[in-house]
Amino acid sequence: MTEQPDKNAKISVRGLKMAFGSFVVMNDLNFDVQKEDIFVIMGGSGCGKSTLLRHMIGLKEPAEGSVFYEGENFTAADGDERLKYIRRFGVMYQSGALWSSMTLAENITMPIEENTDLSAKEIRDLAYYKLALVGLSGYEDYYPAQVSGGMNKRAGIARALALDPEVLFLDEPGAGLDPLSSQRLDELILRLRDSLGSTFVIVTHELASIFAIANNSLFLDTETRTQGATGDPKELRDQTENETVRLFLSRGEDIETADQS
Amino acid sequence: MSKKRKDSPGNPKAVWKEDGGRIVLQLSGIWLRGSKVEVEGGNDKGWPDFFVTEDLGDFDSMLPAFLLRILREGDVEDPGLEGLPENLRGLMELALRVPERSEAKDMEGEPHGLHSLGMRSRAAWLAIASILEFVGDTVRSTLRFFVGKAKFRSEDFWGVIQDCGASALPIVALISFLIGMILAFVGNVQLASFGASLYVADLVGIAMVREMGVMMTAIIMSGRTGAAFAAHIGSMNANQEIDALKTFGFNTFDYLVLPRVFALVLMMPVLTVYSNIIGILGGMTVGAAVGIPPALFWTEMLTIVDLTQASLGVFKSVFFGAAIAISGCFQGMRSGGSSAAVGRATTRAVVASITAIIILDSAFAIIFTILDI
Repeated sequence: MTEQPDKNAKISVRGLKMAFGSFVVMNDLNFDVQKEDIFVIMGGSGCGKSTLLRHMIGLKEPAEGSVFYEGENFTAADGDERLKYIRRFGVMYQSGALWSSMTLAENITMPIEENTDLSAKEIRDLAYYKLALVGLSGYEDYYPAQVSGGMNKRAGIARALALDPEVLFLDEPGAGLDPLSSQRLDELILRLRDSLGSTFVIVTHELASIFAIANNSLFLDTETRTQGATGDPKELRDQTENETVRLFLSRGEDIETADQS
Repeated sequence: MSKKRKDSPGNPKAVWKEDGGRIVLQLSGIWLRGSKVEVEGGNDKGWPDFFVTEDLGDFDSMLPAFLLRILREGDVEDPGLEGLPENLRGLMELALRVPERSEAKDMEGEPHGLHSLGMRSRAAWLAIASILEFVGDTVRSTLRFFVGKAKFRSEDFWGVIQDCGASALPIVALISFLIGMILAFVGNVQLASFGASLYVADLVGIAMVREMGVMMTAIIMSGRTGAAFAAHIGSMNANQEIDALKTFGFNTFDYLVLPRVFALVLMMPVLTVYSNIIGILGGMTVGAAVGIPPALFWTEMLTIVDLTQASLGVFKSVFFGAAIAISGCFQGMRSGGSSAAVGRATTRAVVASITAIIILDSAFAIIFTILDI
């Protein structure tokens, strides 16, 4: 791959190096996310999946390399210019990260108030609709601490959807959900992609979910500290030459079952 | 070392032997928690080529932990498990499946001597630089607010106003009243010996309005509100709520720091005036008890406490309020992501704000002396 971004891709990452001080987490990451992709970032625990997500949304600066949106350099942009990109993202954080001093509805109305000129009533309606989408009608006036962890997570997704973003980043959306909720969540993601044309970047290591929704993926390999493979996870499972990736996607088969947590 | 003593089942024992050029580790006894392990033979032999375990009784985690320690100390590649009983072998295989991540362990060693001194000086300098930067950011953010560019939720602002205003009245009243009384008592003991008890009124008045009122209020507010700011913002940080604000394009500084600084800067003068009044009342109460009627106390006090004197404490309170709010928010914003880090941030916020208050007060004392007020 070259250092040049793919102009047609929604997101391109080129030569990305992630580090905490002198501790290098991942080296030389190169991948593209196409429009309307459901792109999964996978890998064992602690391999830097969430860190990669934080790099892609600008919460952490790369040690080397750049992230491009539609061919434009996001890493080099700063201040208001970067904000323009950020407003097109929706992010759901691992724990939900709802603002704990506000109700679920207020959590969604606040970003809309900040970023649009809609009337209070319209904003309220939008918040109700977003909560209904994730199955939380009737919980508008609850505080995050009053509802379950899974509900917090779903409300987090509703908030990520608040501004009808072009790209949605979800950090472990399925973790801690029961199988049925997890399956509903997959369905939700597929429907949103189909009806809104959003692009999804999802950090997860839930294989069932990966095979159900992803059409593109990136595997982070802890051993080599770089990407193991990138492509459709189903094809990767059946065709990849990379032993680690194949074992991961086939749940280890013979060995490697301990790292699934 | 070949005394064949059959003492199993008994205390756990590990005996290193050599058998035709091969190193053997003989394990015997019952390896349960609480029993003392006896090791014979050097443990400089690395990893044994095989194990003898015919006298081995029951064991719990003690034994695998013992074996892993030998491995760690000996830096062994590809350890053999020959001779271990089936279940122990299973556990060892499980423990050895994922190789140790060497870089994950001690990422940075402890620095020594000059290196450590340098590191600490640098850290101290960075801390000062970052707090100065934070103060600068507060000023810039305030300017942005006055040209209408900085925004925060008015609910947040009024919530803080309530919390550091009305809710603080009882504790401020209690402390101020007691301080007023203490000043009057202490003053009376000395002044009465000169027959000058009446001047207790002057002493209490001046001390309250210039120093004690504002000082006590500031210390109460650091412990109460400054700590609350640090804990609240710190836990928002730990819960990624601040990240969430950032990715919606909010200016987290305007949003979190500004309403708190404004609220405290507005409320501190009010609380200070309140504290002064209550403190003087406390002094009056003691005065009445030692024979100074309140009316006389009041008239005497007014001969020296004028508007200039009374405004000094109120003037200082604005700066103290800013110092408390800024240290609370600063520590909260830079707190780490764990609950322990939030606790540390809260402690630091209180220590830093009380230190800042005393330093500011000393500076004001010098300035007021030079200006002769």
